[in-house]
Amino acid sequence: MSAPPRPAEPTGAGAAANADETAAQKVARLGRLRREGGVLRDYHAPRWNEPLIMEMSNPGERGVLVPQAEDAVTAAVGDPHRYVPECMRRKAAPDLPELSQHQVLRHYLRLSQETLGMDLGSDISEGTCTMKYSPKLHEELVRHHRMADLHPWQDEDTLQGLLEIVYDCGEYLKAISGMDAVTLQPGGGSHAVFTNACVMRAYFEAKGELEQRHEMITTIFSHPCDAATPNVAGFKVITVMPDENGYPDLEAFKAAVSERTVGCMITNPEDTGIYNPQIDKYVEVLHGAGALAFTDQANANGILGFARARDAGFDACHFNLHKTFSSPHGCEGPATGAYLCSEKLAPYLPVPLVTFDGARYHLEFDRPESIGRVRGFLGNWMGVMRAYAWIRNMGPDGLREVAEISVLNNNYLDRLLMAVRGVSRPYAEGHRRLDQVRYSLETLKEETGVGTEDVHDRMVDFGIQSFWMSHHPWVVPEPFTPEPCETYSRDDLDEWAAVIKKVSDEAYEQAESVKAAPHRSSAVKMTRAEALEDPRQWAFTWRAYQRKVRGRKER
Amino acid sequence: MADTPFIHPYIPNSVPAVKQAMLRELGIDSVEEIYREIPERLRFAGRLDIPEPILAERDLRRHMMALLDRNTSAVDCLNFCGAGCWQHYVPAVVDEVINRAEFVSAYCGWLYSDHGKYVARFEFNSMLGELLDLDGVANPIYDWGDVAGRSFRMARRITGRPRVLICGTVSPMRLMEIRTLCQPEVMPTHVKLDFVDWDRASGRMDLEDLRARLGDDVAAVYWENPGYLGFIETQGEEIVELAHKAGALAIAGVDPVTLGVLTPPGALGADIACGDIQSLGMHMHAGGGCSGFIAFRDDDPVFAQECPLELYSLTESEAPGEWIVAEAIAERTSYGSRDQGVDWVGTASGLWTIAAAVYMAVMGPRGFEELGETCIARSHYAARLLGEIPGVEIRLTPAFFKEFVVGFDGAGATVAAVNKALLERGIFGGRDLSAEFPELGQSALYCVTEYHSQEEIERLASAVTEVLA
Repeated sequence: MSAPPRPAEPTGAGAAANADETAAQKVARLGRLRREGGVLRDYHAPRWNEPLIMEMSNPGERGVLVPQAEDAVTAAVGDPHRYVPECMRRKAAPDLPELSQHQVLRHYLRLSQETLGMDLGSDISEGTCTMKYSPKLHEELVRHHRMADLHPWQDEDTLQGLLEIVYDCGEYLKAISGMDAVTLQPGGGSHAVFTNACVMRAYFEAKGELEQRHEMITTIFSHPCDAATPNVAGFKVITVMPDENGYPDLEAFKAAVSERTVGCMITNPEDTGIYNPQIDKYVEVLHGAGALAFTDQANANGILGFARARDAGFDACHFNLHKTFSSPHGCEGPATGAYLCSEKLAPYLPVPLVTFDGARYHLEFDRPESIGRVRGFLGNWMGVMRAYAWIRNMGPDGLREVAEISVLNNNYLDRLLMAVRGVSRPYAEGHRRLDQVRYSLETLKEETGVGTEDVHDRMVDFGIQSFWMSHHPWVVPEPFTPEPCETYSRDDLDEWAAVIKKVSDEAYEQAESVKAAPHRSSAVKMTRAEALEDPRQWAFTWRAYQRKVRGRKER
Repeated sequence: MADTPFIHPYIPNSVPAVKQAMLRELGIDSVEEIYREIPERLRFAGRLDIPEPILAERDLRRHMMALLDRNTSAVDCLNFCGAGCWQHYVPAVVDEVINRAEFVSAYCGWLYSDHGKYVARFEFNSMLGELLDLDGVANPIYDWGDVAGRSFRMARRITGRPRVLICGTVSPMRLMEIRTLCQPEVMPTHVKLDFVDWDRASGRMDLEDLRARLGDDVAAVYWENPGYLGFIETQGEEIVELAHKAGALAIAGVDPVTLGVLTPPGALGADIACGDIQSLGMHMHAGGGCSGFIAFRDDDPVFAQECPLELYSLTESEAPGEWIVAEAIAERTSYGSRDQGVDWVGTASGLWTIAAAVYMAVMGPRGFEELGETCIARSHYAARLLGEIPGVEIRLTPAFFKEFVVGFDGAGATVAAVNKALLERGIFGGRDLSAEFPELGQSALYCVTEYHSQEEIERLASAVTEVLA
């Protein structure tokens, strides 16, 4: 079947000519094509007015039938309840919904439609998250029973394919980072960052310096987990603020380093997208004091094949396989954090490690200096399989192309956004950002009263995911942080910028309407945010809601 | 080939003409001009030492399938290994929902863009709360061991006390995760772990030893039900009472799939419950199907305020029949307060909570009750058949739910040898306990659920008979 011709969108030779048009012409063309007045899409999110599943119950209905013990089994063992002592027999059945299968399926399909996943939308918005395309082939493979129905403790001989995938993926990540050793046990990026805090802790414990060294240094533009996880590991955290150019203040950093320092846990480029060209100087300062250096590479998209953590002197780093290496986020997990380190820190990695003897792959548990575990069993190796497949599909040149295009996309989008009224880009004037940019809508807020949260809420009316503003605290006022990784086409970038421009125009013309947004989303406007902070009103479950809110009303 | 431009189906702007046009738009000749931000001395000059690409999807699929075919799955074989990652049946409707592109590809969009995701989360919390008989349920994270450690830290913050008493039968693997979170002794926020003795015949906690160990420095008493070794702990009420009398919290580790039949932690008076939702509709994924939950009493706000994981609350809207679900008291998390937050939170296991929501909704109260009855009946049937084999002894009886300890000392066989021989017969034997619990000798932990039929159980029994003969 061939697609009908689309006269408005030139194809073939026309497309090449079209490649020469300027961004401004392109935005104008899209506006003309899609709707008079420049509104990009006449979008409305699905809104099903769906009750909660707990409100839908019809006593007696069944969603799935469960196998019953065979007659011979029952004859042999008798009433199963007799094996449960009276005090441990449940008295009142759980108040779960009772529904037939289609009704349950339909409910959750409707909820899926009320979720703007990346496959449908544009997650250019989700800066610091690298929301890239996750190939469907990988999803098919990860659901295969030889991936999904494996027990972690089945014999190594029956897991050779999985272990080879994990071992080889680890080797690739070592090449990409320049590090010597790897674990794929952590269940997410922050978990890998926590692993680092524990590995550094074990290193200094083994050296007998743990009582002396109890301070970890991070920077305010590093991810919150770079501050929170060393605290959980038991360290005092020192946070370095940016200098006037947005770089972590080198003098303040030097002043923070002492004989008490464990190390640093910092990002580069930071959330601002600015690459710190003196990063090796910071590492030298740490090493001079006998401390260690870790770099958070949750977002490595802009530097794949261009810069390696080890080459800047770092002792350890991590990657989020569900960001840079394409595993999907699945509504915030399950995910995989890859933690990599130098030979010096390798003895402390969690067990088991995957090893290869030239013929067979093994799970190695006997590592006496290991920190032990950060996660049970083996890890979320679904993510490793996807990352492995993705790296195999890209190869060395493909990975560099990923980095180049993500950096090019970001700078192209930057050019479009900096032309939008009310948008500014703080820090490091004259320096280009790599994979993302932290912008400010402070001007827009001052001139119209419309702030970044209002724009955030309005964007969804155009079928575009709300942008990531900033982690807390907001050092940049009224922040937003797009990251247009290699997945997005020039049309996608143009459309995203046109949405921001549209909302900016609205702010100057009809601010109240923007502030009342969203107007076309799946959820209606939240008006009772105070309930979220009030113990008498917050309700984390339906039963709590009935007790606290319904119960009070009835009285 | 070298002259052919690299145009990749996942990188639209790799088309040279588009790339050139974008560069022109930026007034530069190449992306190199942007990469000047990275000084020469920090640039990687080489070519990454990774294999050349397998470009065509069909070729990549062939390559991947060859690797996957080197695995033998629990569908290829009969699996009787559990030990914290259990093979229950996953209804097809569960996979249908979590394979939806919207859910698979969603990330951290807020309530307006991702309303459905938020509602599904709240429904998960609500249904798990019903199973547990507890009002407060947080957004799950990595796995049971992780949330047990976090619960201990939570108890330490709430009580200001440094010591936690733990049942001696705790899973050694979980314990390794707990120790990582509880920090070495020299740290000022270290949580001291102290183990309560257990009855070698039944697995239950030794209450005399518990009494002796309790004191005003104890933050919490932690027990598991069913215990790691499969037995049902029947003294939950007494454990809670003793803990409370000493001013300590009671923390229950629970496998929620048992709660159609077993008394829930809320009814026993537990202050906090934790455990794994893997049994609620997750494939095993070599352990990747695990996801740890924390639930708590909500009659005192301190439990929510010290809960390390994200909390989602239901609120009403101005529109009739339209609910809003949003994150509550977010300021206390590490996202809100960095190192000043309670513990830390990160990308967790969102897709699994949606799977569990669908699972609990299709199972309903009757499904959980029947599943419990079948697990108990079939596991006891398996134990009976295995126990009849000369030299084989079933330990920690008679109260267990789906897992039980099988001792081979009387047969003079090692678990390793038995499992090797079983594997040759297409069976994954139970988890080898000989290193984890040397006091149980050559024992293995077997798991039999509603997944296994009578015929499959009998196949196991005759294979073990054959192996030991």
